[in-house]
Amino acid sequence: MSITDIATGPSAVDRFFQQLGAAPVILAVALIIYPLIVPGFFTFQIGGQILILGMIGLSLMVLAGYGGMVSLAQLTVAGIAGYGLAIFGINSVGIMGFGWPWWIAAPMAIALAATAAALIGLISVRTSGIYTIMITLAIATAFYYFVNQNYTLFNGFSGYRGIQPPTLFGLYWRDPLPFYYLCLASAALAYGLVLYGARSSFGLALQATRDNPRRMRAIGYNVTAIKVFAYFLAGLIAGTAGVLYVWFNGRISPGTISVAESIGILVIAVIGGLRHPIGPFLGAAVYVLMKTFAIDLIGAERFNTLIGLVFLAIVFISPDGILGLWQRLKPHLAPTSLRPHHEGRD
Amino acid sequence: MNASQAGTQQGVTARQAWALIGLLAAAALVWLFLAVWPEGLVSWMGPKKTFVNAIFNGVTVAGLYFLVASGFTLVFGLMRNVNLAHGSLYLLGAYIGYSAANWTGYWLIGIAAGMLSMAIVGVLLQYFVFRKLEGDDLRQTLVTIGISIVAADLMLAVWGGNTYQFSVPEWLDGAISTPIITAIKSNGDAVYMKYPFYRLMVFVAAVVIGIGLWLILNRTRVGMMIQAGVDDRNMLAASGVNVQLVFAVVFAIGAGLAGFAGVVGGSVLSVAPGEDVRYLLASLVVVIVGGMGSVTGAAVGALLVGLAEQIGLVYFPTYGVVLTFIIMVIVLAIRPQGLMGAAR
Repeated sequence: MSITDIATGPSAVDRFFQQLGAAPVILAVALIIYPLIVPGFFTFQIGGQILILGMIGLSLMVLAGYGGMVSLAQLTVAGIAGYGLAIFGINSVGIMGFGWPWWIAAPMAIALAATAAALIGLISVRTSGIYTIMITLAIATAFYYFVNQNYTLFNGFSGYRGIQPPTLFGLYWRDPLPFYYLCLASAALAYGLVLYGARSSFGLALQATRDNPRRMRAIGYNVTAIKVFAYFLAGLIAGTAGVLYVWFNGRISPGTISVAESIGILVIAVIGGLRHPIGPFLGAAVYVLMKTFAIDLIGAERFNTLIGLVFLAIVFISPDGILGLWQRLKPHLAPTSLRPHHEGRD
Repeated sequence: MNASQAGTQQGVTARQAWALIGLLAAAALVWLFLAVWPEGLVSWMGPKKTFVNAIFNGVTVAGLYFLVASGFTLVFGLMRNVNLAHGSLYLLGAYIGYSAANWTGYWLIGIAAGMLSMAIVGVLLQYFVFRKLEGDDLRQTLVTIGISIVAADLMLAVWGGNTYQFSVPEWLDGAISTPIITAIKSNGDAVYMKYPFYRLMVFVAAVVIGIGLWLILNRTRVGMMIQAGVDDRNMLAASGVNVQLVFAVVFAIGAGLAGFAGVVGGSVLSVAPGEDVRYLLASLVVVIVGGMGSVTGAAVGALLVGLAEQIGLVYFPTYGVVLTFIIMVIVLAIRPQGLMGAAR
């Protein structure tokens, strides 16, 4: 920034940072230096997992928050990308495994997942509201049973092992540091795209469809196409996360996409808050930290009871998740008139 | 020519065509059941016994699915809330029934315990959870999801990961001969098919309960209120009926049926963690296919899903689920409100 800039008013970059405020910048810096100050376990096992699950939660948030469609099949979409990667690329099981290089296999897997997501959307937009949950849950459950039974395509119960991320630029991308930054970059990209997309004309049309589909139809929008396209976009995010998740685990099996795990994604998104894209990442942080450290508190076996109770508490106390709690603690951040759900619900 | 057109307008010719197709299919089915299969058919579809067994099993399973799903669909129809903890009610009923039967030694006490305990749980759920969140579909559904997570985990804590097997009392045990000839022996004697008596009784029980439900809904005052509530809840409340009480009754019936099905189903198959999800999926598909809020729809849906599942299991084992799934997709494509559902 040179001094002459001040005379001509703030530049575009300046205005951007002014609008942004300090908090996101601090957060971004913290996330970037985070792996440099914590041990590798926190970088890979916790940091990576939070970002991946946060991305899958983000794909649910896009559908639920902007589209009003609570889909329980987002982990299924991620799982389709994971299975796609195992089938297109290299695995150590000896079933399928076309052996395509990663730069073909990974994009193909993501494209496959997004296509599957659009198909799921096409099925579930036939109905609306609470039915979406039921239909997507049925799809997720059916897919889980299917991969569990089917050995020719999905290798049944044991699934695929030995799926490796590439070694590129002299880095093995499953090492904690590169993998963390890979996840961070993907998550930041997805987050930025969602923020941008929400204010694009498509994002506005999607939100308008959520609020009043009949009116949107009346003024000439193709409501079905808007919703299905939203599923497709969310599928791109979930698919990307699915590829990362397989690299993270090194394997994929029906257990990864079981019904409990699918519901876990909903838990993550709801705990964090469905109103803003940052919510799912917050929720994922709570979820992963609790999953990792609840062992010390209550024993590993009862994690589900704990997370279930936290989830119930959030649903009862603060329907907008942690974000909602935060906004209630900081009343000046959100005027009461914008929060219609809070009267007399405690 | 598709079904949605046939169903709605200028029906006569289309309806006749469908009736003809239906009659032909029924005739073919009767023939498949009664005739001794010729060689060609056996080499194509396997022995007749396999086929008839699959159909019988499908119908038995359909009976179970109907018991679980009818409660689910009733609760949905009346209260517009999706109780995703319904599978947990099934499994909890089964566990409690098993423990009670094991403790007392009487299977029937197990049935009563499973049914009554779940009816009570249902009323408690309605009173403490759903009434608090009335009118907020999404939150009610989320709460039921939370409950099912906690319930599954606590059941795992109490009953462990083992698979339990009920022993059915003697008067229900054993196999009976059916008048269906599966094969002819070389000496000319006919081989009649045997089928477990208990499984037949499960189906009979489902039919009896189905008819009972239908009678309650269509012939009694409470049933009238429930039906009225399904159509227009506010109007029912406005005409002076204590809607909350009706809700509680329906919830008790629905949850009690799930518990009953748990014990009965646990005796056919087994009781193990994960069964809750299986029956939840079955209930979901059954009511999506049959139409939400319709008991008749639940019966039709259960029959379709049960048969599809068992036939799939026998004839294309690794793609069995896909068949169920395809049925759901086809119904959603043609009639999004379900086969018997009212248009929304």
